Amino acid sequence: MEYRVPRGPLLAATFALLATTVLAQDKPALPPGSPLIGRPDNNPAAEKLAPVPAPPLAAAADKIPLDKFKAPKGFNLELYASGMPNARSMTIDEKGTVFVGSRLQDKVYAITNKNGKRQVHVLVSGLYRPNGVAYKDGTLYIAELSQISKIEHVEDQIDKSPKPVVIYSDLPKDEAHGWKYLAIGPDNKLYFEVGQPGNNVLHDDAHGQLRRLNLDGSGAEKIAFGIRNTVGFDWSPKTHELYFTDNGRDWLSEDLPNDKLNRITKLGLDFGEPYCHQGNIPDVEFGWGHDCKDYVPPVALMGPHAAALGMKFYTGTMFPAEYRGQIFVARHGSWNRTKKFGGDIALVKLNSDGSVKSVEPFVTGFLQPDNNYIGRPVDVMNMPDGSLLISDDWNGAVYRLSYGPNAKLAGR
Amino acid sequence: MRKLVAVALAFASFAVLPATAQTVKERLPTCLACHGENGQSQTPNVPSLGAQQAFYVTVQLLMFRENMRVATPMNDMTRSLTDDDLKSFAAIISTLPAPQPATGPVDEARMQRARALVEQNRCNFCHKQDFAGQDNVPHIADQREDYLVKALRGYKDNSRHGYDASMADVIAPITDPQILDLAYYIARVK
Repeated sequence: MEYRVPRGPLLAATFALLATTVLAQDKPALPPGSPLIGRPDNNPAAEKLAPVPAPPLAAAADKIPLDKFKAPKGFNLELYASGMPNARSMTIDEKGTVFVGSRLQDKVYAITNKNGKRQVHVLVSGLYRPNGVAYKDGTLYIAELSQISKIEHVEDQIDKSPKPVVIYSDLPKDEAHGWKYLAIGPDNKLYFEVGQPGNNVLHDDAHGQLRRLNLDGSGAEKIAFGIRNTVGFDWSPKTHELYFTDNGRDWLSEDLPNDKLNRITKLGLDFGEPYCHQGNIPDVEFGWGHDCKDYVPPVALMGPHAAALGMKFYTGTMFPAEYRGQIFVARHGSWNRTKKFGGDIALVKLNSDGSVKSVEPFVTGFLQPDNNYIGRPVDVMNMPDGSLLISDDWNGAVYRLSYGPNAKLAGR
Repeated sequence: MRKLVAVALAFASFAVLPATAQTVKERLPTCLACHGENGQSQTPNVPSLGAQQAFYVTVQLLMFRENMRVATPMNDMTRSLTDDDLKSFAAIISTLPAPQPATGPVDEARMQRARALVEQNRCNFCHKQDFAGQDNVPHIADQREDYLVKALRGYKDNSRHGYDASMADVIAPITDPQILDLAYYIARVK
C-alpha cells in the first residue's frame, strides 16, 4: 500500500520528517513489542514470510507420508499412533501409556498400549494451550498457558474425563511464548519456562526464565534467566546438568540468529536474551550498553530460525553404543527464512566434558526439497525398550524410531 | 449388485443419521438463514461468510465444535459435524460471493484515521492488501462493522481466543476507540 500523508494535526510532524529524511516510502513505527519489529518494509521477500499454519485436523493414518521421512541406515520409522490434532509434548507412565499435550487444541491425549494394541483416547478437553505434560508416581502434570495442574491416579481415569487440579497459577497470561514445556528433574521438581512475551521485547521479572516447583506446587523458584522461549529441556544422565533449547528472535536476518542449546551449570545464570543472541550478536535494538561477555553463551548453535523444541538424552540400549548419552532434538523448522531450515530430528553429539562435538540432521524429510513441510517434529521421548518416539503437530501423529531388523512393532 | 449395495448403504445411513444424510449443500440454507444470502449477513453481530478463507472456516468450525470458541448457537450447530463435514462446509462457504462495502455517507476523517492505524499496525501483512486474508487469516474486507468490533474487542480482552496467538499479539497496543475506527474502515474498504 502506498504511503498516505495523514491530515490534520499530524501534517506538520509529517512534513518535518520528510524534510529531514527520505522516508516517503516508510511506514509509521510499529507499536512497542510488535511481533513485526525488525521486518523490513517494502521488501517482497520478507513480505512472503509468515508463520506456517498447521493443518487443524489430524491426518488420517493412511495419509501420513511416512515413506518420505528418512532415518539413517539400520533405523526404522513407523507410525505409533495418529488422530491427535496438534500432538506436541510427550510423557509416559509405568504401564506404557503415552500422554500427549497440544498447543492449538484444548486436549491432552493418552495412547494406551495393551498387549501391543495401541489406542488413542482424549484424556482431557477444555484446557488452554496444554503444551506441557510430565508424569511421576501415578500423577500426570499438565502445563497450560498460565497454570500447572495435576491428575492423580491418571491410569485409572483414562476414559473418565478426569478434572485436573491446579497446583500453581502465579504465571503471566501472555499468549506470546506463553505455552509451556514441562519436565520433572532428578531433584523431583517440576521445571517449566515463562517465555518472553513477544518476538524481541524488554519485560518484567516474571518473564524470560526457567522456574521449578515442588510436585505439590509449592516452593517456586526462578532458576535461569535471559531465556527467550525454550520448548524443550532434559538432564544429562551423567552429570544431571540441565540442557535446554532456546529459540532465537525473528526478523534479524535470514541466517541469524541461530537457535541455541544451552547448559545450566549452576543456578541463576543469564543466557542473554533479548540483549545478546547466540552468545555473540548484540541485539540491534536492545544490545546497546550490554556486552555479550556478560552472558552465558550456548553450547551449540541449532540453526537459523530452526525452532529447536523438544530434546532428550538417549538413555536406551537399542540404538548402537555411539548414540547413548547423546541428545536428540526435534527441530520444528523455520518460518522466518526464505529457504526453510530444520524440520528434522537433529543428533547432538557431546564430548566427555559435556560440551558439544557436533550437530547433524538425523531423521529428515519433514521439510521437503520444494520448501514445504509435510510434517513438523515437536518432541522426542525415550521408550522403555530403547526406541524413540517423535511427535508431529502437523499430522497429529506420533512415530516410533527403532534400530535393527527385528525392532519394528509390526515385526513382533 | 454394486448399485444395490450403494442404495442399501444410503438407506442405512439415512436411517441412522438423518441429519448427516443431507449433503452439506442441502444443509447450507440453515447457515445462511442467519449469515445471509450471497455471502452477506443482514443479522447484527453475525458475520458475513462470503469469500471467507476455507482454512480459516475449517478452524473456526472446529473451534466451535470443540468449545474452544464459544458462541450461541454455533457450538450446538457444529456438535455433530465430522472432520470431513468441516472441510466440506469450509469449501462451499469460501465460494460464496464476497460481501459488499457498507453503504451510506462516509466519514472521511474516520477512514483516514483508520488507514493510518492499518499502516502502523501492518494489518495488511497478514490480511493482505485487499483484506482478503490467506490460510488461517480471515477475509475481513467489508465484514459487518458490528461484528468486526465484537471480534476485535474479544481478542483484546481475551474472551475470544485465536487458534494461534497472532491476534492477541497485535491487538495489545490498540485502544477501544481505535478498534471502532478500524471496524468502520474495514467494513467500507473498496
